[in-house]
Amino acid sequence: MKSKKKIEKPKPEKQQPIKIEPPEDKIESRRVFLKKLWMGLGILAGAEFIGAVTGFLFSGKGNSKETEAKKLIEAGRVDSFKPNSVTPFRGGRFFLARLKDGGFIAVSLRCTHLGCSINWEEDKKRFICPCHASAFSIDGDVLNPPAPKALDYYPIIIENGIVKVDVGTRKQREKFNKDQLTFA
Amino acid sequence: MINQITEKKPKAFSNILLHLHPAAVSEESISFTRTFGLGGMAALLIVIQFITGILLRFYYEPFPQKAYDSILILHNNVLFGQLVRNIHHWSGVFLVLIVFLHLLRVFLTGAYQSPRQVNWIIGLILFALVIFSNFTGYLLPWDQLAYWAVTVSTSILQYIPLVGNSLREFVILGTEVNAETLIVFYTFHTAVLPILILLLMAYHFWRVRKSCGVIIPRSELPKTMVPTYPNLVYKEGVVALTLIALILVFAVFFNAPLLERANPSFSLNPTKAPWYFAGIQELLMHFHPFFAGFLIPLTLIILIAFIPFLKYEQSPTGIWFVSDKGKKSAKLSVVFAVAITIFLVLLNEYLINFEMLLSWLSPVISNGIIPLLIVLGIIWIYSKYITKKFKLSFSELVQSIFVLIITSFVVLTLINIFFRGTNMQLTFPWNL
Ligand code: HEM
Ligand code: HEM
Ligand code: FES
Repeated sequence: MKSKKKIEKPKPEKQQPIKIEPPEDKIESRRVFLKKLWMGLGILAGAEFIGAVTGFLFSGKGNSKETEAKKLIEAGRVDSFKPNSVTPFRGGRFFLARLKDGGFIAVSLRCTHLGCSINWEEDKKRFICPCHASAFSIDGDVLNPPAPKALDYYPIIIENGIVKVDVGTRKQREKFNKDQLTFA
Repeated sequence: MINQITEKKPKAFSNILLHLHPAAVSEESISFTRTFGLGGMAALLIVIQFITGILLRFYYEPFPQKAYDSILILHNNVLFGQLVRNIHHWSGVFLVLIVFLHLLRVFLTGAYQSPRQVNWIIGLILFALVIFSNFTGYLLPWDQLAYWAVTVSTSILQYIPLVGNSLREFVILGTEVNAETLIVFYTFHTAVLPILILLLMAYHFWRVRKSCGVIIPRSELPKTMVPTYPNLVYKEGVVALTLIALILVFAVFFNAPLLERANPSFSLNPTKAPWYFAGIQELLMHFHPFFAGFLIPLTLIILIAFIPFLKYEQSPTGIWFVSDKGKKSAKLSVVFAVAITIFLVLLNEYLINFEMLLSWLSPVISNGIIPLLIVLGIIWIYSKYITKKFKLSFSELVQSIFVLIITSFVVLTLINIFFRGTNMQLTFPWNL
């Protein structure tokens, strides 16, 4: 570069005494500086672009989740559910189970193995998954693997004798225990 | 020789092909059994996917309430609608098969070694993109098959420790496959992935040129060069036309599947992952999900990516199977892999169930570490045995183990597709 520059320089004739050229190494360092500046700006622009795209892609998705957050489904009057019975709410993606002791639990119909939808077998009083034959008891506990843990469940609120299920918040658990039940 | 090259003037069509090829190629490199034309077939199938895919886009609507109906309209009201969908479906199937065979060809001729190691990696990424294309496409018809296959296969992600659940929610944008999943899969399927595939494919081709064409046996030097047109171009034409004919026959006689509209409340029995994930699904029947769905596949992918970077005692010969004893040991690996895989599957299915047998242990140990150690032990003893028996060099040993593992994977895939029926029990194909 340096030698080329020298050759291309126009022959200075009269101006020579007036124009003061900065020394070569100064030009060189300015060049390096400008190059770095451009590079920095380029990286900044790139980062801004990526940031903007990421923001664009992810901001919309979060919002729709929030609106889902608290979604109560009215299941019905407490006394319309017999003890030791299961009522499907396929639209709400859960089964409302009332245990022998009168406690309510809303188990998700999503199998904990790989996410298929379970069915209730009335004669055997158990949930069975059609995909890989996992079985669950009425409270959602595993009776038969491959499912690794009990069915998820949704919180229940009982107000004025009406059972309401909060399908916005699904709770995970390893095993069934009494605290997960709701009583009238 | 220069006279020979300029002798025949190519027409417009072949001109395009000639941009990809050098003006002259070595005679050895264009013999059919060198590459079996597999790379070219893969490229052609991708072109077919682009053409038919764009046609499908004119009718397809990526919304849960509309997607299924748009496929029905395509079938019932659109001239050749079903045919176009069938072609897209079957080329997708063929593409995975052909790319897999191309990978085998590249491996078994030693073309993965330097200077072609970059293309091996690019190829692997292309393979992954092709699988993702297939997988994202699978959801689009929004029927029961699509919905549950995608549900089951993405659920495997949840067994990855710590990040599994969030990763799954990230991939399907929610806790269940939903409207957002569909539109994101659609965008990936018809824009993001096709663009990536095009770019990488161009780079892949350029790297082939840069390594001075495909690998040919060293002993064959010096090469005899022949003009690309017509020698190579005509051969490519024959392969292309045969492949197109084959796909058309498939598309005319076998319809792409379409079950009832997707229904999140009722699962199919059995619910199977798409066929190219069937090997992993079969592993899931025998190993703890963390091992079957995550550790084993990931380790294998990393090992395969590292194959070119191992230290080999000599540069590749370019001969199929490295040598005669390489060929013999590879054959033995195939036979052994088929036998041992079937044996182990049956044993685990009917006699030894570690999870039940060792129920006092955590399933991660009883159904993960223990069976994995057994399998690794078998591979180790086998590799000791063949090294001794055939006096294998290192590259021949790597080849035998690779053949062993790949064959087992193929056998697992076939078992899962053809021998698993209701409740994923083993049955015969005619009972499915
Ligand atoms: C590597 C390339 C591609 C592969 C492997 C692939 C694979 C698939 C598969 C397996 C399906 C499901 C078809 C079925 O129901 O059986 C599908 C559907 C679809 N693909 Fe592709 N595809 C590819 C490229 C493209 C491109 C480039 C476009 C458009 C720009 C496209 C547009 C579509 C559309 C609109 C559908 C929905 C219609 C249907 O389900 O039949 N595809 N694709
Ligand atoms: C979309 C998928 C792919 C396409 C379209 C493609 C296309 C091609 C083509 C046209 C060639 C020229 C020679 C031949 O036809 O065999 C080639 C060579 C090659 N491919 Fe691929 N390929 C794909 C995937 C892969 C994969 C999965 C791998 C391996 C992991 C791979 C590794 C290579 C290597 C190493 C070469 C150089 C071979 C040699 O020099 O002998 N490619 N590819
Ligand atoms: S998804 Fe329910 S048993 Fe596999």
